[in-house]
Amino acid sequence: MRTENRPLSPHLQIYKPQLTSVLSIMHRLTGIGLAVGTLILVWWLFSIALGPQYYNDFHWFISSIVGRLFLFAWTFSFTFHLANGIRHLCWDAGWGLDISKAYKTGWLTLIVSVVLTFVIWIVGYYLIGGI
Amino acid sequence: MNLRSPLGKARGLGTAKSGTNHWWVQRLTAIGLIPLSIWFIIEILLAVGNDYNEAKEFISQPFTAILLILFIVLTFHHAQLGLQVVVEDYVKRKSFEIGLLIVIKGAAILLSLTALFAVLSIAFGGA
Repeated sequence: MRTENRPLSPHLQIYKPQLTSVLSIMHRLTGIGLAVGTLILVWWLFSIALGPQYYNDFHWFISSIVGRLFLFAWTFSFTFHLANGIRHLCWDAGWGLDISKAYKTGWLTLIVSVVLTFVIWIVGYYLIGGI
Repeated sequence: MNLRSPLGKARGLGTAKSGTNHWWVQRLTAIGLIPLSIWFIIEILLAVGNDYNEAKEFISQPFTAILLILFIVLTFHHAQLGLQVVVEDYVKRKSFEIGLLIVIKGAAILLSLTALFAVLSIAFGGA
């Protein structure tokens, strides 16, 4: 079978970045980030099952600057992957595939995920009395 | 010219031998995770700053424990399906690809079982 003349996927180094391609790459990166972030979820649950001293260790880490930065990145990964995931599901259903709609929903996804990230953090700080 | 056998056509599973199952399950878990993950974020926000006893009590409520279990199962299933596609797309050497897939799927099983064990043991009052 001839394989040398098959169409190639776009070369990332040569193509000018476009909103659509950047969001597509971000969807994968945030997905990988969320998968890594499940380690924190497992640590949280397991520390509670193990006992107070283990939970205190977890609590110390997650309240630290590094822990908060990690959680903030996780929050954005989550809101972005959720919003863009809904965009992908719409495409799977056959809606919004033309160029202008793909760009409009792309910007909407970015704006919604950034706004939601800050809303979640503002509510979080408000609930612990930090604001 | 059609080289497909009548049996292969009737099964409709194609050369991957699994049809559209991977794609379909990734979508189903995605749809399930939309409401579940929104619920999870709200619950986590309410639990921020909990001390040990508050955190324990929070997870041992039946409604919370059941939804957490569902969330854990769907999350790890969706994650390993997604990571599988990334590895299949970008890892060139077949031996690395297979090795990485085994590590990813193994880690997903191990981590999800750990999380499920933790939720159940908290809910049933162990530890």
